[in-house]
Amino acid sequence: MRIKHQKDFWSGLMFLAIGLGFAGFAQQYELGTAQRMGPAYFPTALGGLLAILGLIIAIKGLARGERGADIERFHFGPLAVVLGAVSLFGFLLRPAGLVAALLVLIGVSAYASHEFRVREVIPLAAFLVVLVLAVFIWGLGMVVPVWPAFMQR
Amino acid sequence: MELLNNLMLGLATALTLKNLAYCFAGTLIGTLIGVLPGLGPVATLAMLLPFTYALEPTSALIMLAGIYYGAQYGGSTTAILVNLPGEASSVVTCLDGYQMARRGRAGAALGIAAIGSFFAGSVATLLIAAFALPLVELAFRFGPAEYFSLMVLGLIGAVVLASGSLIKAIAMIVLGLLLGLVGTDVNSGVARFAFDIPELTDGIGFVAVAMGVFAFAEIVANVEKHEHREVFTDKVKDLLPTRADVKDAAPAIARGTALGSLLGILPGGGALLASFASYSLEKKIAGAKATPPFGQGNIRGVAGPESANNAGAQTSFIPMLTLGIPPNAVMALMIGAMTIHNIQPGPQVMSSNPALFWGLIASMWVGNLMLVVLNLPLIGIWVQLLKVPYKWLYPAILSFCCIGAYSINNNPFDVYVTAIFGAIGYLFYKLDCEPAPLILGFILGPMMEENLRRAMLLSRGDPTVFFTRPLSLTLLLMAAALVVLVALPAIKSRREEAFQEGD
Repeated sequence: MRIKHQKDFWSGLMFLAIGLGFAGFAQQYELGTAQRMGPAYFPTALGGLLAILGLIIAIKGLARGERGADIERFHFGPLAVVLGAVSLFGFLLRPAGLVAALLVLIGVSAYASHEFRVREVIPLAAFLVVLVLAVFIWGLGMVVPVWPAFMQR
Repeated sequence: MELLNNLMLGLATALTLKNLAYCFAGTLIGTLIGVLPGLGPVATLAMLLPFTYALEPTSALIMLAGIYYGAQYGGSTTAILVNLPGEASSVVTCLDGYQMARRGRAGAALGIAAIGSFFAGSVATLLIAAFALPLVELAFRFGPAEYFSLMVLGLIGAVVLASGSLIKAIAMIVLGLLLGLVGTDVNSGVARFAFDIPELTDGIGFVAVAMGVFAFAEIVANVEKHEHREVFTDKVKDLLPTRADVKDAAPAIARGTALGSLLGILPGGGALLASFASYSLEKKIAGAKATPPFGQGNIRGVAGPESANNAGAQTSFIPMLTLGIPPNAVMALMIGAMTIHNIQPGPQVMSSNPALFWGLIASMWVGNLMLVVLNLPLIGIWVQLLKVPYKWLYPAILSFCCIGAYSINNNPFDVYVTAIFGAIGYLFYKLDCEPAPLILGFILGPMMEENLRRAMLLSRGDPTVFFTRPLSLTLLLMAAALVVLVALPAIKSRREEAFQEGD
């Protein structure tokens, strides 16, 4: 059987799975009664509701009259590069300091663009680092290590 | 004249040198980011929110409001000059604004947009002041049951009036509500869905969620596309519209203001719906004999929607300020900002923080004046900004977002959460799931549970309490009526048609 509306079908399944997940995990907490609701009461109800909504969406996606647009291709490359750069920033910020973390973030994330040019990224990175230092460190007085740990007294 | 006294208090607060400076900084930064394509107002606010934490609550909210309407306004500049909507609500401005620019009338289009916005903003500010008191008085008669029903109405209204699939939007709300429940349950002290991660016992940060699903997902989606821009930068002159232009546009501005103000108050309304509705209205009124025809550079097609979206942007503050209910994602972020400053949103804000309440309202008028001053003479600078290519912009946006996410708790954990929500947001984007309802649900989740619990405790577990109290019943009936209305085939097709105007 051909799935009529790909986007609806898969988003329905996603909602169904998340709803069941929340309702399932909530069972380790106390349910309580309608009068005195425990911590599991509202999440169980909402999780159930989300699962039902997801099921309806998925079924409608299977059977709907007109054919919907198929899901566009996932570009995992840019996604991984951009979010990887962000995670690296978080990972490097404390041990390596703001300047190094920013240089990595800008260098790696700029690589995600198909117009990546090294000689454009270097001045951009330099400009952004100076801007960030000026605004956040000297301007707003943000407390964050600027230089790597070994360079600090 | 209580209203006058209140406005005086507001002006006294808004006109202090410090608050003027923050209002100016807000509108300036907002315009700057609004002009740059690729970052909408929600993402802009999420990105800049952490940097206002250190300010006093009043200054912080004044600045955030300034960023919001600045971004809103900057978006129309981009729409007129580049044919790229800086954000969704300026989609219709592209239609006639860009055509005017192509005919060498970019100046007049920008000028009339500024004048219309200023007029609409001034009227809307007065409306907020006038509506605030009666609504607050009504809200004080609300018990937990009424609040719960009001939130149901607010959430349903928010998705009914938005574009896209209704049932998916409702599912996104429920998902948002669930995500909002992560963290320590106030009643029992149990850390729900925290999976023994200490940072999660405080809940997921709303800034991280908003930044992830709006800013990061937008960036990834934009990076994979090849961009094409055609900018009319060289001949922006004659910013003052001619007398004929003003005569032509004045009725459209008045209608746009009225329509926008009305739609802004409704849940889910705000700027987006207002601009679409106004464009349709102007097109209908002008009819076939409009010269030039709509879509080919008619000044009313710019004046109406621009006034409407500014009016709508402002009046959407009414439910947020008086009832503590966000009508759209931007207001949800404003509520989050208030909570961070330890201000419990709701009707008590007006009596407990009168200076903040009226100061914020008065600052909107001041900010609108600043927008005109900023935009007309400085248009040349904004035009230059449009030449910055996206490949240089997004590393900058990412840098600011990452630093912002880190500075929420001075903890890299929030940076990771933002990255995870970026991936989730990208999935939503590919599956056509609108993220705005998710944010609304996320903010309202804990409040809804709290009011549901209290209502059920007071009624001794009797769920009919929501239907036997007249105010609560009225609110729920309104919500049900909205769903039924939208499901009707005739309205359904009209609704789809209204949102397709921009395609």
